[in-house]
Amino acid sequence: MGAHTVTAFDEDLQEIEGLVRDMVSLARSMVDEATQSLIVPDSALAQRVVSEDAVMDSLQRRLDDRAITLIGKRQPMAQDLRAIVGAIRMAGDLERIGDLAKNIAKRVDAVGQSTMPRELARSIEDMAELVLEQVQGVIEEYSARSPEGLVRLRDEDELIDVRYTSVFRELLTYMMEDARNITACTHLLFCAKNLERIGDHVTNIAENAYYVLTGEQLPVHRPKQDETGVPVPAA
Amino acid sequence: MNVMSETTLENAVNEKVAAAANERIKMRGEKVGVFYGDKQALFDVDLLVRQNQVTALIGPSGCGKSTFLRCLNRMNDTIDNARVVGKITLDGEDIYDRDIDVVELRSRVGMVFQKPNPFPKSIYDNIAYGPRIHGLARSKADMDAVVESSLKRAGLFNEVKDRLNEPGTGLSGGQQQRLCIARAIAVSPEVILMDEPCSALDPIATARVEELIDELRENYTIVIVTHSMQQAARVSQRTAMFHLGNLVEEGPTEKMFTNPDDKRTQDYITGRFG
Repeated sequence: MGAHTVTAFDEDLQEIEGLVRDMVSLARSMVDEATQSLIVPDSALAQRVVSEDAVMDSLQRRLDDRAITLIGKRQPMAQDLRAIVGAIRMAGDLERIGDLAKNIAKRVDAVGQSTMPRELARSIEDMAELVLEQVQGVIEEYSARSPEGLVRLRDEDELIDVRYTSVFRELLTYMMEDARNITACTHLLFCAKNLERIGDHVTNIAENAYYVLTGEQLPVHRPKQDETGVPVPAA
Repeated sequence: MNVMSETTLENAVNEKVAAAANERIKMRGEKVGVFYGDKQALFDVDLLVRQNQVTALIGPSGCGKSTFLRCLNRMNDTIDNARVVGKITLDGEDIYDRDIDVVELRSRVGMVFQKPNPFPKSIYDNIAYGPRIHGLARSKADMDAVVESSLKRAGLFNEVKDRLNEPGTGLSGGQQQRLCIARAIAVSPEVILMDEPCSALDPIATARVEELIDELRENYTIVIVTHSMQQAARVSQRTAMFHLGNLVEEGPTEKMFTNPDDKRTQDYITGRFG
């Protein structure tokens, strides 16, 4: 895509794209730190994630402000208009990812009082790894202007759903084995659910990015593998 | 004027789309070309104008959009070395046919220009002029009714009803342009051509004219040339993009301004041209 006749228009667009990148980078480190603080456990790191959420909120406000000013000043059309509206919507999802990472961090102290079985820690860590790959992947595919990559990434959310179902069952087992695990496992279940929700927000971002690039909406339905809502037959 | 026996493929496809949407074709341009002397200014334009819709013609200066607009009521006939080829029909009738009465054609296809150009006459006579020469009013009462209804349709009546005998040139720019629209309406045209009708108006007068265009659509078919992307997006249902004398792309306005097919349209509407 060529440059605008008015160069300041390009600078305004670049500033907004830069803010989206900053938000993605922050979201990624918040999810990473929140998971690490949960597994180690590390209260100080968890506290840092909580404080980073305020930075995320202020980035989103700045992006909204710049986007609205740009619309007012330049009346963007076609792909420029899609890029601005897309950035506003992506920022909304990234801000929610920050909230969910903060929610995980806030449970660190509650979970930390009990010992987490090593296998369970590994399961949650694996799930977090998948989520982090998705967060990183979405910005890479968007930067590479690859609609196909975004569709693939959206479909890969399925893997997170599968992992979440497995963690859910694992946690149930621990709770059934020893009632003293119930408090910690319930907190961990919320953490796993938060990771699964982060995956859903990444999917939204991929769908938005696809629309920005192509002007076409992806079909509403996509593969879902979260089976935790499926009734388990009585033993 | 070359008469083509069959419709072009482009138009045939568009006509099917229009028929499926229950839209009637009012005017049809087929392989329209315009020469000024040896220089060709317009190349093989195939364009359908849908009835009771606003069609916006956009494109950079010199792209041929005004040239095409002026072909639709044979305004190019007034230019000595201009030559039009291809075929243009109004309700299926070739408007460049030898038997066509050009004065009558221009009463069916009226025009509003960039700069408001009221006659140096009273407001009343500005409106009455057309109906008088076309013999559309049999009595003074008839003429009064035509003047009043035309001014009302142009949204100007309440502002001028107490000074109909004052000169039209004494009105503000926006009022003068609406007077010109009222003058065009007075002869009961079927199509109104507008060549950048708001380019000399302030934003409030522009908004009034745009509101008027939206109301007029109910009874008339409108083709408008505009340099304002926002105006084209606001007032039209169809948009046609011209570049270097060619029709680049035509389609529903909504699509043209959110996701156009052609890169030249994309570059032009997003301000990346040249």
